[in-house]
Amino acid sequence: MSILVDKNTRLIVQGITGREGEFHTRQMLEYGTKVVGGVRPGRGGEWAVDGKVPVFDTVKEAVETTGANAWVGYVPARAAPDAILEAADAGVPFLVCITEGIPVLDMIRVRAYLDQKDTRLLGPNCPGLITPGECKVGIIPGHITMPGNIGIVSRSGTLTYEVVYALTMRGMGQSTCVGIGGDPINGTSFIDVLELFEEDPLTDQVVMIGEIGGNDEEKAAEFISAQMSKPVVSFIAGRTAPPGKRMGHAGAIIEGGAGTAEGKIAALESVGVRVASHPEEIPQLIAEAAR
Amino acid sequence: MGGTSVKLHEYQSKQIFAHYGIPIPEGKVASTAEEARQIASELGKRVVVKSQVLVGGRGKAGGVKVANNPDEAEQVAQKILGMNIKGLTVRKVLVDEAADIQQEIYLGVVINRAARRVTMMASAAGGMEIEEVARTAPEKIIKVLIDPFLGLCDYQARQIAFALGLKGDQIRDFGVIASGLYKAFGDCDASLAEINPLVITGEGKLLAVDGKIVTDDNASFRHPDLAAVRDVDEETSSEAEARKFGLSYIQLDGQIGCMVNGAGLAMTTMDIVKLFGGSPANFLDIGGGASADKVAAALRIILADPNVKAVLFNIFGGITRCDEVAKGIVAALEQVPTQAPMVIRLVGTNEEEGRAILAGATLRVQTASTLVEAAQKAVAAAKGEEYVPPSPPPPVVYKPRQHSVVRPAAKKTARPAAKKSVKKAAKPIKKATKKPVKKAR
Repeated sequence: MSILVDKNTRLIVQGITGREGEFHTRQMLEYGTKVVGGVRPGRGGEWAVDGKVPVFDTVKEAVETTGANAWVGYVPARAAPDAILEAADAGVPFLVCITEGIPVLDMIRVRAYLDQKDTRLLGPNCPGLITPGECKVGIIPGHITMPGNIGIVSRSGTLTYEVVYALTMRGMGQSTCVGIGGDPINGTSFIDVLELFEEDPLTDQVVMIGEIGGNDEEKAAEFISAQMSKPVVSFIAGRTAPPGKRMGHAGAIIEGGAGTAEGKIAALESVGVRVASHPEEIPQLIAEAAR
Repeated sequence: MGGTSVKLHEYQSKQIFAHYGIPIPEGKVASTAEEARQIASELGKRVVVKSQVLVGGRGKAGGVKVANNPDEAEQVAQKILGMNIKGLTVRKVLVDEAADIQQEIYLGVVINRAARRVTMMASAAGGMEIEEVARTAPEKIIKVLIDPFLGLCDYQARQIAFALGLKGDQIRDFGVIASGLYKAFGDCDASLAEINPLVITGEGKLLAVDGKIVTDDNASFRHPDLAAVRDVDEETSSEAEARKFGLSYIQLDGQIGCMVNGAGLAMTTMDIVKLFGGSPANFLDIGGGASADKVAAALRIILADPNVKAVLFNIFGGITRCDEVAKGIVAALEQVPTQAPMVIRLVGTNEEEGRAILAGATLRVQTASTLVEAAQKAVAAAKGEEYVPPSPPPPVVYKPRQHSVVRPAAKKTARPAAKKSVKKAAKPIKKATKKPVKKAR
């Protein structure tokens, strides 16, 4: 299966007339994603991507006309928070924001607002997600993936591709690959995705790719211990990253020493997660977990 | 890793605080000992001469000294200016009226990532030992989460004031300071705004004796004024050069220069170099879709480091095109010829074209197809040794479970609205259908 997106996903693309938006919409269409519309204020009524996709002025119009149930935003950082709010208010249940560089205080407000609605946001600053063979939303290269039963969830971009590639090369296919992105305040955490993989009948093992900073991996370890029956294999990047330049006392106080790679690895191993020492070890660990 | 934020000096932070109604000592900035004498003379009181460098521990390093008169101020400033504190040279000092300190409080506003909220923190045990307090007696630190739509409520400031043991007019004065600090934080798009110490003077008044603001670099597009005061003296020339080209670069002290696209992959590359016995010379993320020019600039920066004995390129092309990267490498080596051996791993979009370009340029490079191979070759090259391929690992035997062909539709795209309580009630532990392995391999 899949979680979140599949061949029934009907996607609208915000920023479809921009360079990034157009390029990636083309790639998504080629992959087989049902892109049913695009949004660009002021360009409503036009047709984008060689006349394949209708463009609307507002998300509301786009949803009313096309019945879209997913939204992806390729918009600059200064416009992205507003774009997310517009899509949420238009009633789109699932939003994917690729944009990097959104100010943190904006994201605190956006996330707090979305928490009051039935809207799920993936990202920002993420590559999106892909259910191989069915639907790609975002920028994950389709040709490195293959359909299968391994769920992937990651904070990284290209590191995710490495892992997926290593699995695909050995015939180990993926159910859905989800990039939750690298921002400190985002829409979807590791636990949110692990929960979905645990409920997904066609996902058998999960690969979780983390990195230094924050405590998402530590919280995930608690969740895995209490709630997950499916095996999880992990890799944590940044073992050799030097400790960051001190951000005043408050930074150290608030993090309380958490956020190191060692801490995350210890937390995960203590609940039975196999942690790879480098990405190319992951296929072997998955194969062991599958036995 | 690799993101930069604007750190403001104490004197800059305090000027901003003053603008928001926070009382600060009278004082001015001096760049020479003579100026320091002038300021001390104008103030006509005991002063404290404080080095202005963007690191902590200035006091412990001898960069903060009291002076009883203008002569002493000049002598003290003479000593402090030009001092090296943790690798930074003191170019300015702040000459402040010395405060009569009865008690030191810590007050800070910070992004609390785990709670997804701005948080105000305070402690009656402020000053230099606050982190010790955080470690040994965390209950002495008061934390208040601030609603992003309501801002800091007056009652929250009072809550903190009472917890700090403040009395009488101090409660109201603290309210002004707390709300001013929160507003300054928001208006500057800060990630941190700190007053340590917030002092209670002998007269029972509150005074912000030190200040620190760090801003969110993502928000710099809406703060041109803050970008303008960024202290570029405190960057290495390589880091400044990297920023100009939109590269994320951090210099380390190893021998293997690394060029990678993507922060997670760049950290992984450093990790794997270390794993196989090498030492990374830098972290460098060329970002997505890098052009030949950017790659050339990146390579120049790496090769400018005299410690670099070998260079490892690890490029996984998604949007980034391997042929563009290859062109950049060739161009850079024309500008900056080097004897350092190169190990190049290009995988992904246009990898064939990329490899052809490298082969065609008759460069002495080694190529690699896996991460492990690339790291091992780079480590060997840096040591001046021959690369010995290890025996191939046994093939991975993977037996996926057979599932029925019909895939049910993806359910549950929407997230149900968040529950009100911050802490979720404990869920009953589900029965495992597979026995989880307790010990890691």
